[in-house]
Amino acid sequence: MASRYDRAITVFSPDGHLFQVEYAQEAVKKGSTAVGIRGANIVVLGVEKKSVAKLQDERTVRKICALDDHVCMAFAALTIFIGLAADARVVINRARVECQSHKLTVEDPVTVEYITRFIATLKQKYTQSNGRRPFGISALIVGFDDDGIPRLYQTDPSGTYHAWKANAIGRSAKTVREFLEKNYTEDAIASDNEAIKLAIKALLEVVQSGGKNIELAVIRRHQALEMFSAKEVELHITEIEKEKEKAEKKKSKKSV
Amino acid sequence: MDPDYVLVASDRVAASNIVQMKDDHDKMFKMSEKILLLCVGEAGDTVQFAEYIQKNVQLYKMRNGYELSPTAAANFTRRNLADCLGASTLLHGLLAALAKAPFAAMALCLLDSQYIWTAIELLRKCLEELQKRFILNLPTFSVRIIDKNAIHDWTTFPSPNRAPNISSTSLPLAKNIFLLVCLFFSYLFQVHS
Repeated sequence: MASRYDRAITVFSPDGHLFQVEYAQEAVKKGSTAVGIRGANIVVLGVEKKSVAKLQDERTVRKICALDDHVCMAFAALTIFIGLAADARVVINRARVECQSHKLTVEDPVTVEYITRFIATLKQKYTQSNGRRPFGISALIVGFDDDGIPRLYQTDPSGTYHAWKANAIGRSAKTVREFLEKNYTEDAIASDNEAIKLAIKALLEVVQSGGKNIELAVIRRHQALEMFSAKEVELHITEIEKEKEKAEKKKSKKSV
Repeated sequence: MDPDYVLVASDRVAASNIVQMKDDHDKMFKMSEKILLLCVGEAGDTVQFAEYIQKNVQLYKMRNGYELSPTAAANFTRRNLADCLGASTLLHGLLAALAKAPFAAMALCLLDSQYIWTAIELLRKCLEELQKRFILNLPTFSVRIIDKNAIHDWTTFPSPNRAPNISSTSLPLAKNIFLLVCLFFSYLFQVHS
């Protein structure tokens, strides 16, 4: 049944599926895991870094991209696309041009919601044109608006977008999302450090431990975006491990 | 010894015919952390063009992770200006000339900037001369200095007698910096952004 309706994007199947879009979502599930967390005063994006080949230059393998920067110190937008890297490059380029174009015409930087809507509209267009396939990417877009409120949005290949408090995309996204549902509390995100640790803990559920395997970026309110180096990630990981040990010791004491 | 800073000043008058509309009009546009574009000419055209260049310079920075060099930015501006004005080679040469100049002036005096304090003194002398000889009243000037660290701002340079307050520290030896000045002839100029 599916095979007759999955060739062309512009054809619905009898039971209402657009198979090409669903296959695009499958492509996303093959990508690395990424997690985004909206704290009280900080937004965090973390992604699994696949091990880089020996001869490959590590610096050229960046998954987290800035869409617009801190020109007015009140706004910044970071994004990460999971899925087909080449598709991501195209969409990021369009989004960056749109950020500048918006500033040129209305003199205000884009809100996170605006640029998310732009990216989602772009993706939707490609689900409704003849001869083109959908973008095989999902995005997590984080940032602060002019009013200082942190935002996290997620888009998927079908062109829908939603705001989230915390979300994960890519491989094992379900596991990570379940972890977040259990552990995302007001306390957990109250301080910047706690929010960062929550993001790392969520990723450590599915990623090998180590600063080399996690790429992390944060934006704090009214500050420039900050990409963490491997060392800084390591520091947070050691903190997390220490806390784990403490918790385990307590547990074992209790049980004895 | 090559200077390692650029001192730029522009007046703050925005006038239409015989009426002065503004006396706090900033004619400098910040392209990036270390590039300023001084733009004079037809009201509106200047801002449109300068902002278009400014946003494209910012786009380059977002795409590539680093800023355009002053040379590259100057060439980009020149090319855009030439395209806007029409592809006449004469015009291209005449109106959109890019001069790597140790000084550039639209006044009648020479700026020989070896040391920054001398430069400021010379600037002051130029502005004094303007006050004396130029038919239009130009009471205040925006003055900025670009060195290897950033753009330093003196928003007003009111009277020639006032002592300058400069916040930058000692400036080491370095290379030439391109001074970018665009001149427009309004009746030939159309912006497409």
